[in-house]
Amino acid sequence: MTDNLVQIRNLAKEFPVKGGVFQREIATVNAVSDVNLDIPRGETIGLVGESGCGKTTLGRMLVRLLEPTRGTIEFDGEDITHVKGGDLKRFRRRMQFIFQDPYGSLDPRTQVGQSISEGLRLHGIGNKDERQERVVEMLEVVGLKAAHAGRYPHEFSGGQRQRIGIARALILRPDLVVADEPVSALDVSVQAQVLNLLKELQSELNLTLLFVAHNLAVVEHISDKVAVMYLGRIVEMTDRDSLYRKPLHPYTEALLSAIPIPDPDRAKNRQILYGEIPSPLNPPLGCHFHPRCPIAIEGICEVDAPSLAARQDNGGHLAACHLRTGAHINLDPRAP
Amino acid sequence: MTSRKTIEMLEASASDQNLLTEKPMSQWRLTLIRFRGRTSGMVGLSIVVMLILVAVFAPLIAPYEPNEVLIGKGEAGPREKPCVHVLGCDEDVEQHILGTDANVRDYFSRIVFGARVSLTLGFFTVTLALIVGSFFGAVAGYVGGWFDNIIMRIMDVILGFPSLLLAIAIVSVLGPGLQNALIAIAVVSIPAYARVMRSQVLTIKESDFVAASTALGASWRHILLRRVVPNALTPLVVLATLGVATAILEAAGLSFLGLGAQPPTAEWGTMLANERNNVFTSPHLVFFPGLAIMITVLGFNLMGDGLRDALDPTLNR
Repeated sequence: MTDNLVQIRNLAKEFPVKGGVFQREIATVNAVSDVNLDIPRGETIGLVGESGCGKTTLGRMLVRLLEPTRGTIEFDGEDITHVKGGDLKRFRRRMQFIFQDPYGSLDPRTQVGQSISEGLRLHGIGNKDERQERVVEMLEVVGLKAAHAGRYPHEFSGGQRQRIGIARALILRPDLVVADEPVSALDVSVQAQVLNLLKELQSELNLTLLFVAHNLAVVEHISDKVAVMYLGRIVEMTDRDSLYRKPLHPYTEALLSAIPIPDPDRAKNRQILYGEIPSPLNPPLGCHFHPRCPIAIEGICEVDAPSLAARQDNGGHLAACHLRTGAHINLDPRAP
Repeated sequence: MTSRKTIEMLEASASDQNLLTEKPMSQWRLTLIRFRGRTSGMVGLSIVVMLILVAVFAPLIAPYEPNEVLIGKGEAGPREKPCVHVLGCDEDVEQHILGTDANVRDYFSRIVFGARVSLTLGFFTVTLALIVGSFFGAVAGYVGGWFDNIIMRIMDVILGFPSLLLAIAIVSVLGPGLQNALIAIAVVSIPAYARVMRSQVLTIKESDFVAASTALGASWRHILLRRVVPNALTPLVVLATLGVATAILEAAGLSFLGLGAQPPTAEWGTMLANERNNVFTSPHLVFFPGLAIMITVLGFNLMGDGLRDALDPTLNR
């Protein structure tokens, strides 16, 4: 049994949709449903999926920015799903969040040095001089200068702001960092800077990183393991190499084939998914992917939701597909 | 800690920005620079500064006491025409640059001292309304739910009355007088501040930098006071500046109706009301207090407009 820093069990988040004169709940959006995820200590898990599949919601629940509807989150052996007050604050120090939008994640009225040292102040770490020292140290780690501490966010570029955000998240020396699409708002040239920085810091500080993204190339670059989400569920999870070389789930196949390859001879067998991603207000029955799945079998896929199961020849490679993991053998569509 | 190559790459991008040499630019400093580039705003600011100076140094500027009755102390009679010696008024006649009123008081002195009344009333009213209104707005927006509903429905009720009518009603309950007029006008203008504050808080509390503070372990009080309120202040500053003008106008209105400042206080609205029947025989007695009110209101409105332009990032340059 590997040493897991985080264990997520059956985690679900439903957002109520209110309407009518009395603001009654008329429907629920199942943003995340029944997710199980283990994050081994010191590793980077990439979480990919298209927009609206619930990956950000999952990340935010993990650091307790959103309250889960059901399920449990265990952090370092302790259940943190519903901790409050001082206990929660104790855990907050050990897990941090890096935001997608570098323009919205820094307080425009606060000097960046103040923003970075906020965590230290809130947790009463060090005196003023020591905090200042840590801020300068952190600024240098992310490639900025001590003189930048007295500046305001609007004076920095997007990439610089994102690095300030990283400095703010890492100054508390957290064990777990959830990075929510940290580079998707940046130019490609700047993306590499920030990604390399994250990767280096990750190995130096022995961080456990949940890296949320929709860019598969970026995830391949940084992750040890990759989880693929579709409509609130994890559909495939394995180490990076097996996923990119031998994907199991048809959705993952389609995603991978969508990566542009700069070679005119190879870009022939692109799998194109037809139709829109179904609304999480009214997800399809059975396997959520079956309406768009090229290999779905009638009578099985729209009836039963597949759970994550191991592939026969590789126990670490999990996929939620009746046909690819062999689980459908147990399912007779004619059985009552 | 970080590898050399990355450091060099990052530093190259950091130093090309003049970020190390120029002075830091806070939002307020930027605003000031933008404000200075706007003529109407600067005109408004000059008017307001001038009015404040007049109010502060009123005893030095005014040649007479505002309530001093000059019967038997000189040649002047009641409702004397303005007489300025430099402009060719007969040297034998006593100088009253804006004339005298029905009780033989120097009208210029009264108008100068009136600036004190109007400005203090304007500032105190707005401060009171701003504090109460933004407190309720901030709490309603931040807490949300039924609390928000109750507060905002009360605000809607206040907003439902025409403001001057409601102020009259409040003054008639409390009794006429400057202080009660102040309270009445403040109460009437609370909903505007509450609404603006609430909408600001609703936007800001969903922003990522608030979530970042939460993730760092900040308490709700820290977030509300250090993150939300400072960022919500911008439109309130504009509203407050414009609010001073409205408050002064409403105070003059209440005084005109005899519900605000009571005689013998030198207040522009009261002065206007006292002499309104003599508008054809002594027009200067109606004209000058009206002009004073107009200039004051204009000054604050221009300044508010300038501030709004300077603070609005979408109009940036």
